Amino acid sequence: MDGLVTRAGGWLGLTLLALVAAALAVDAPFAVHMVIVALACFAMLWATVTRADYGAIARGIFKIPADQGVYDDDPIRWGVVATLFWGIAGMAAGLFIALQLAFPALNLNLEYTTFGRLRPLHTSAVIFAFGGNALIATSFYVVQRTCRARLAFPALARFVFWGYQLFIVLAATGYLMGVTAAKEYAEPEWYVDLWLTIVWVAYLAVFVGTIVKRREPHIYVANWFYLSFIVTIAMLHIVNNLSMPASLLGSKSYAAFAGVQDALTQWWYGHNAVGFFLTAGFLAMMYYFVPKQAERPVYSYRLSIIHFWSLIFLYIWAGPHHLHYTALPDWAQTLGMVFSVILWMPSWGGMINGLMTLNGAWDKIRTDPIIRMMVMALAFYGMSTFEGPMMSIKWVNSMSHYTDWTIGHVHSGALGWNGMITFACVYYLVPRLWGRPRLYSLRMVNWHFWLATVGIVFYAASMWVAGIMQGLMWREYGADGYLVYSFAESVAAMHPMYLIRAAGGAMYLAGFLIMIANVWATLGGKVRAEKPMTETPYNAAADRPLVPVPAE
Amino acid sequence: MAEHKRIDEATGTSTVGHEWDGIEELNTPLPRWWLWTFYATIVWGLAYVVLYPAWPMVNRATEGVLGWSSRGDLAKEMAADAKRRAPTMNAIAATALADLPAKPELMQAAVQGGGAAFRVHCVQCHGAGGAGVKNLYPSLTDDDWLWGGDLASIEYTVTHGIRNPDHKDTRTSLMPAFGRDGILDAAQVGDVVSFVRTISRQEKASASSTRGATLFADNCAVCHGAGGEGGRQFGAPKLTDAIWLYGGDRDSLTATVNQPRNGVMPRWNNRLDPVTIKMLSAYVYSLGGGEKGLAPVGEGQGADGQP
Repeated sequence: MDGLVTRAGGWLGLTLLALVAAALAVDAPFAVHMVIVALACFAMLWATVTRADYGAIARGIFKIPADQGVYDDDPIRWGVVATLFWGIAGMAAGLFIALQLAFPALNLNLEYTTFGRLRPLHTSAVIFAFGGNALIATSFYVVQRTCRARLAFPALARFVFWGYQLFIVLAATGYLMGVTAAKEYAEPEWYVDLWLTIVWVAYLAVFVGTIVKRREPHIYVANWFYLSFIVTIAMLHIVNNLSMPASLLGSKSYAAFAGVQDALTQWWYGHNAVGFFLTAGFLAMMYYFVPKQAERPVYSYRLSIIHFWSLIFLYIWAGPHHLHYTALPDWAQTLGMVFSVILWMPSWGGMINGLMTLNGAWDKIRTDPIIRMMVMALAFYGMSTFEGPMMSIKWVNSMSHYTDWTIGHVHSGALGWNGMITFACVYYLVPRLWGRPRLYSLRMVNWHFWLATVGIVFYAASMWVAGIMQGLMWREYGADGYLVYSFAESVAAMHPMYLIRAAGGAMYLAGFLIMIANVWATLGGKVRAEKPMTETPYNAAADRPLVPVPAE
Repeated sequence: MAEHKRIDEATGTSTVGHEWDGIEELNTPLPRWWLWTFYATIVWGLAYVVLYPAWPMVNRATEGVLGWSSRGDLAKEMAADAKRRAPTMNAIAATALADLPAKPELMQAAVQGGGAAFRVHCVQCHGAGGAGVKNLYPSLTDDDWLWGGDLASIEYTVTHGIRNPDHKDTRTSLMPAFGRDGILDAAQVGDVVSFVRTISRQEKASASSTRGATLFADNCAVCHGAGGEGGRQFGAPKLTDAIWLYGGDRDSLTATVNQPRNGVMPRWNNRLDPVTIKMLSAYVYSLGGGEKGLAPVGEGQGADGQP
């Protein structure tokens, strides 16, 4: 009871502190954020006082079967739901801003709905909210299974989940109110950055703690990738966000670096957000879920070692290729390009290991829509990790830089690789996490697969054409030595490509909505009567931690 | 789990002997093509960092044995292009603006160069091709000029800009805010608008326009001319035609008389060299409304911008 009073008092204190900060705030967005924090603290106070059982609440809403004291899967179930929820928000925002580019009137003449504010909302929602929740949820799932141990620090794991959602809410509302640190993919301001740092350190503690208490002699390759992702993202996040707040009660801060140093720090961060968040982290998902779904051994242990170490060593140097032909010194541009090109094979190591794991099970591409998604994800992974090194070559970059080719490149990676592999993992997880015999419908997975694939093709193809067209128009000189086109003319020429891109995005979103319906029905316990496409093998007896044996 | 090597049936490859949650790993060697391509990129990378600037040292980075630098590369390209264009540029520089139309080849080159500069510096307001933006920025393709459409007047406008507060030679004038500042009351503004719409043949003469005629003569004619024919010394637009910068309907005209825009155009003599300005003038002149044989507007403007 004393503990309860202390905890409740602590939450009450934090609630009041946040309200005081809101009252004293020097700008309105900071006040709004402090009110959000106060609401979160008050929710914790309420939960503490009423001793609410989150598990019971979640079971009430999503019909989660009672925890049988095996793996600690509650935060993973919440994470799967959060992944899908933020996925809708992020992809819908993406479709909306794609339409804004084609029809500027959709900016609605409101500051809150301008492209400049919705664009970071889209990128952060899909990368950090959709992708981040998928990474956290799958890492908690995979680390338990491959260590045969329950999560270390269960309370901290719950803090990681809810703390991360608070980070997302603060970041997203900040963008809409115009709060930005003006760094791409690192837009949240100083106090939100500090909060994420705390959450991330807790995440590291839970993950490493679970590895430390593992019941397996070796650490599985997926866990190397997850660990490199968690550690590196912590380092990148802290260094890139070093800044001095203009006021401790305001939402504005100034970066610790200036000029080209700031730009280089930003792209060191920005490129490794791609490298360690979207590559290493999702390769970790691939390394567990592909062999599980294919029921085949991983293709090559040796390749996994060599490509892991070469990937993480090389990736960290590749950032300067975002600053070709800028004020960045030539030597740094050279190194950025050279490391990017050498990165090609280490990146492909993951694709080879994933695809070749299907050796002996290639027929599943025909029968198993989840395997099909995984194969398509790996194909897009291979394509974009070839395209990336190619675009980092200065000769190519002089044309592709600042064009929509970059946008196409990013999306063939994000929609094709990150999206598809996440969908496949969620389809794998849902029946097993909620104790269902199989998904509501595997044929709907097939529909999702085709909509998403055709959508990506429309998206990437239109952006390739658009980017190359822009690059060529901008550098087109007439016989007299003068530029032929004005910038505005290249913008006008983009319109049809923007329409095709939006159509591709709409198809991708439509496929995702089918997934939501499918998962929703599965959670509701329904099974669609249809011709079976593949099995959903699950061995409940094997899916439990090894019981610790006291040392003799 | 336990060390348990076995031969995988489907591939004939041995496993490594570890197992996690049912996942095993094959002991497949690195694919040769993968390994050799990896080596090749490393060799290429080593060669590249010797050839090009790469290694940061204490004070500066290595310069690379090719001696290449991006600034040097740009300077070389720009110098080569400047050399190629030099004869034309020198000829344009040496030719008086007024004499350009007499030399068709040179005029053509100037129009091309001016068009390129226009696409970079001017389209933001005047629109692609100089068609202007309705109710905001004037079209340059017609013969209705605020400050004069002959070559010399255009060059003066481009050089000194319009209503630049920090530049004494800028073109300037200030239409009073008749409504806002209470010079005319609302009824009088309405009468003036009626008169303007009468001389532009949008309305029939009325009692209101008759009253407006007197007000116009007292307040407006000094700049816009007795018959509304405009006054280029003041950038005062012609009011008798169908071309309206800020709209010719009753509401728009009332808004203008109440509170005029007094639009601003930047001066370009602090951004562009005289030859580029000359070429820009030739381009704008060539858009369709260029005027000949008129006395240039602006040469006589004094320190305060007034004649």
